[in-house]
Amino acid sequence: MIHAENLSKRYELGGQVVYALDDVSLDIAAGELIAIRGPSGSGKSTLMNILGCLDRPDSGHYVLAGEDVSTLDDDDLAAVRSQRIGFVFQLFNLLPRMSALRNVELPVHYLGRKDARDKAIAALETVGLGDRMYHEPNQLSGGQRQRVAIARALVNDPDIILADEPTGALDSRTGEEVLGLFKQLNARGRTILIVTHDMIVARHCQREIHVRDGRIVEMPALANPQNVGGAA
Amino acid sequence: MIFWTILAVAMRSLAANTMRTVLAMLGIIIGVWSVISALALASGAQKKVFDQMSSLGTNVIMVTPGQRGTGGVITGSQTNLKVDDAQAMLRIPEVSRVAPVVRGGAQAKHGNKNTRPNLLGTTATYFAIRNFQIQSGRVLSDADCDAAARVAVIGPTTAKNLFGDTSQAAIGQSIEIKGVHYRVIGLLVAKGDQGFFNPDDQIIIPYTTAMQQVLGIDFLNEIDLSGKDETQLATIQTKATLLLRKRHRLMDDVDNDFNVRNQADVLNATSTINTVLSLLLGGIAGISLLVGGIGVMNVMLVTVTERTREIGVRKALGARQRDILRQFLIESVVLSATGGIIGALIGVGTAKFISAIQSNITLVVNTPSILIALGFSTAVGIFFGYYPARRAAKLHPIDALRYE
Repeated sequence: MIHAENLSKRYELGGQVVYALDDVSLDIAAGELIAIRGPSGSGKSTLMNILGCLDRPDSGHYVLAGEDVSTLDDDDLAAVRSQRIGFVFQLFNLLPRMSALRNVELPVHYLGRKDARDKAIAALETVGLGDRMYHEPNQLSGGQRQRVAIARALVNDPDIILADEPTGALDSRTGEEVLGLFKQLNARGRTILIVTHDMIVARHCQREIHVRDGRIVEMPALANPQNVGGAA
Repeated sequence: MIFWTILAVAMRSLAANTMRTVLAMLGIIIGVWSVISALALASGAQKKVFDQMSSLGTNVIMVTPGQRGTGGVITGSQTNLKVDDAQAMLRIPEVSRVAPVVRGGAQAKHGNKNTRPNLLGTTATYFAIRNFQIQSGRVLSDADCDAAARVAVIGPTTAKNLFGDTSQAAIGQSIEIKGVHYRVIGLLVAKGDQGFFNPDDQIIIPYTTAMQQVLGIDFLNEIDLSGKDETQLATIQTKATLLLRKRHRLMDDVDNDFNVRNQADVLNATSTINTVLSLLLGGIAGISLLVGGIGVMNVMLVTVTERTREIGVRKALGARQRDILRQFLIESVVLSATGGIIGALIGVGTAKFISAIQSNITLVVNTPSILIALGFSTAVGIFFGYYPARRAAKLHPIDALRYE
């Protein structure tokens, strides 16, 4: 599903070149539930941005679902994001003053499809919020908001879901529930990447990629190759 | 994204900041309001002038003396229009009436009252050509002119000045002009002041009397003609010009030493003046619309900055640059067009209100001026919304997402 080769990303900071990512290669198969773990400043956010097609690597190749996306322009990257990637953020990033349903409809609109409402209702039912569709974010609890965000990430049936510290703003019980939801989705064949600095979160995943100083320091081989590519 | 969805989003986000939205809209409202009021004032003024000039007759051709000479060298004065010229005009078959006109100013007295109306010397035909009606007494007769009689037809304002509230009793009374007494034989119906000329404040006496006894001149200031048919005015103009050139023995290379104009020409001239007036007033009002646009731009820039994170989220969810551009552009157009509609309504209301309470000011709101104002306010929304919208569209998704 994901094949990344020699990814590098540099920043200039006060005349000094800093490598946020230094020659990183990795492979992720369809149907995996993976944690990308590392302390802050390790480069895991940069890696997530590139894997999420929010940013381009300075060098190296990133092949997502068979397509080399490392040199696409901004609008083509936007198209890739809307079709292939679902984002879940630490602070939910739901748009205020819009109902849960409208929030979930948004990616479908950007994909240019007309069946936004049906798809959004289905996605909200998947995350168990069928009865909260018309609530606005400020009328929902933290766990419910994150579930709306997950529904929004799911709605276009993406190839991968990228979750950036999805439990970071939740208490531990709600966090467990959200992780449980990710595991359920994964059990149904969804490829999920969870970026976190939390060991406990990482322990829920099948595999953990450990990033430090812009390099992958630890990456176990694919755990169950026969499990890979399960029906989505 | 479907247009109606974006429109709904724009409305909601504008409604979320009511105060800010209303203030920005206020700039556009005032702009459109002043544009519409200014244009209404200008076209009202035009209508008024037009109506009044029409009341002086539209079937009129005026021959006035011009300057003699070629190429800017003036060799003659304005004394070349004679009574014979006026009589000659009757030979043009399309002409029905001819009136010689001389003008002057003269102090008029009655008892201890004093006034200085316009003095006009002419014939009976003048009243018909110029649509002057008599409210009591009679107009000048040919006999009056032949005899150079000392009789006068006076306008209602003059009558009021000389006879006070008993102006109806003026007929048969005597007024004194330059020490000579004239008998009032007629009182005109009021036409209304035209600003530059008040047809109600004048004394009309036989032209013979005026030329010989009051002004001491042997030339005319104007010859008025009317046609048998109003559609033949152009023909009459041409024939009158040829006739006068022949009478004045002008060589082919010499310019006319007179002007032949019809009332339509005069109307055109005033409407040109009014167009300039419209442009001037509209332009000044347009500047306030422009200032309103700057207000819109300011609010949109604030909105974009405030919603940087939202823009980042939308981009992460797959919004392309044009999606973001369109969203903010529609928002600013909704803002300014709503302001435009409200401004137009207030403008129309103001025009109606002022016309209702103030009878001597006419405000005419015409549909084009409303369309222009609405079009401009929409254009202002696009123009001043484009830069902020573009700025939003160009934001890098990561920077936007990180924005606190």
